[in-house]
Amino acid sequence: MSWVNAVIHGILLGGLYALLATGLSLMFGVMRIINLAHGSLALLGAYLAFLLTEHAGVSTYLALIAVLPIALLFGYVLQVTMLERSLRAGELVPLLTTFGLLIVIANLLQYFFSPDVHSLPSGSIGSASWRVSSTIQIPWFDVLILGIAIFVLVGLQLLLTKTQLGRELRATAADAETAELVGVNARGVYARATAIAVATAALAGVFYAMRSAFDPFAGPSQLIYAFEAVVIGGVGSLWGTLIGGIVLGVAQTVGAQIDVQYFALSGHLVFLAVLVVRAVAAGGLRRISLSRTVTA
Amino acid sequence: MTLLLVESIDARYGLLQAVRDVSLEVEEGETLALVGANGAGKSTLLCTIAGSHRPAGGRIVFDGVDVTRVRAHRRVRMGIALVPEGRRLFPALTVEENLLVATAAHREGPWDVEAVLEVFPLLRAHRSARAASLSGGEQQATAIGRALMTNPRLLLVDEVSLGLAPVVVERVYAALGELSQRGTTIVLVEQDVGRALAFASRVVCMLEGRVVLEGPARDVTREQVTDAYFGLARAGAV
Repeated sequence: MSWVNAVIHGILLGGLYALLATGLSLMFGVMRIINLAHGSLALLGAYLAFLLTEHAGVSTYLALIAVLPIALLFGYVLQVTMLERSLRAGELVPLLTTFGLLIVIANLLQYFFSPDVHSLPSGSIGSASWRVSSTIQIPWFDVLILGIAIFVLVGLQLLLTKTQLGRELRATAADAETAELVGVNARGVYARATAIAVATAALAGVFYAMRSAFDPFAGPSQLIYAFEAVVIGGVGSLWGTLIGGIVLGVAQTVGAQIDVQYFALSGHLVFLAVLVVRAVAAGGLRRISLSRTVTA
Repeated sequence: MTLLLVESIDARYGLLQAVRDVSLEVEEGETLALVGANGAGKSTLLCTIAGSHRPAGGRIVFDGVDVTRVRAHRRVRMGIALVPEGRRLFPALTVEENLLVATAAHREGPWDVEAVLEVFPLLRAHRSARAASLSGGEQQATAIGRALMTNPRLLLVDEVSLGLAPVVVERVYAALGELSQRGTTIVLVEQDVGRALAFASRVVCMLEGRVVLEGPARDVTREQVTDAYFGLARAGAV
């Protein structure tokens, strides 16, 4: 029965990965920016919450209420001051810019907070769990994270389909020049997309930091998980991101069930397998269409 | 009253000069047809007026305001709308969503989704269909409708009848005629010279980036346009 337990824990862990991947998926879907600093921005949110809980003495959940609007504003400013210029300079430039940002954030965090490992208090829910049987335990905190991930994804989905901002986002993602020609301020839309992406990153970062210890250089490893979730689920699809996160989470916990050392490795292997299957499928299709054109 | 003033506009794509020293004046309420062969610079001129192409020289004045350096979405908010060549709809959005995107212009006026469906009843059945699934005529109607949703004072339409069945062309022109009667100023690019002469109050013919013929549509003959079109006689104003 411990296998069932592993799968349940994997699904719940997938919620955290999906939450972390949402902003990455949104920025790629709207602007084709692969934000390498996404994990570091999540970490920045965690450190901001850490600052508030340590010095203002508030609970992490209360700190989160302050962190989210700051992250929104930070994302907006980041887009207007740096990413917008990078986008105009060429397709690959944002990749370099966000890579630079990743390094700057990690070093600034180390400078101000020391390389020590920290963690955020998660309150009484942090350690509470529901004991279903002797081998199956469901931690409430992970259920909370999965619930928040679904809430955020449903919210984003509604935003994209039901609101004017959502229509402008989808129109700009499809064709920014034409969107401008019908009155959409594409740069303003981009700035709002990055604001939302950074806010979801900060949200994920705070929950990650409540769940496990973090240090100034934890950003890139979180980025890899988020990146894998996006790729497994299908690039630019919000529901795919949730599925991708869950597949990755289950792969890791089931791998860890075999041997604790296989936790990260089994996740990477599933990611690799998905890539290979995709490549073969795409290659196969190309071969079919080639043979068609030859016979025609 | 002059609504649009184009002063010695030069427009380039890299080394290629598409528009050379073009000047135009469009009165409020007028319908102007731009004719000319492929590559004459008509579409580039429209894009320059709409703000999606930055001119290399010259000035564009709309309603007394110099808009040469104003970004496209701000020009839309001032009342300039372009129906671009190839329609350029947002393929994954529904017809209704395509129309609603244009409310980003925040302009007051008679046009909303209902009013557009009134003028283009053929769209009513496809309201919730993705734009990618529409026929050419339906796409053109949606593209014009989307431009109308911004409640423009000046409507620029590129390649009105390109790729449309004759019966659909008829319908699109009927709608444009109705718009003109409601007071919208229209500048359109049309390959069909007969159509252009019949619809517009004034005709401008371009050749290799320059204006080679300009005059009221009733005074210009098909032959004059044809000559100017192919550069046979470098006639001035009629």
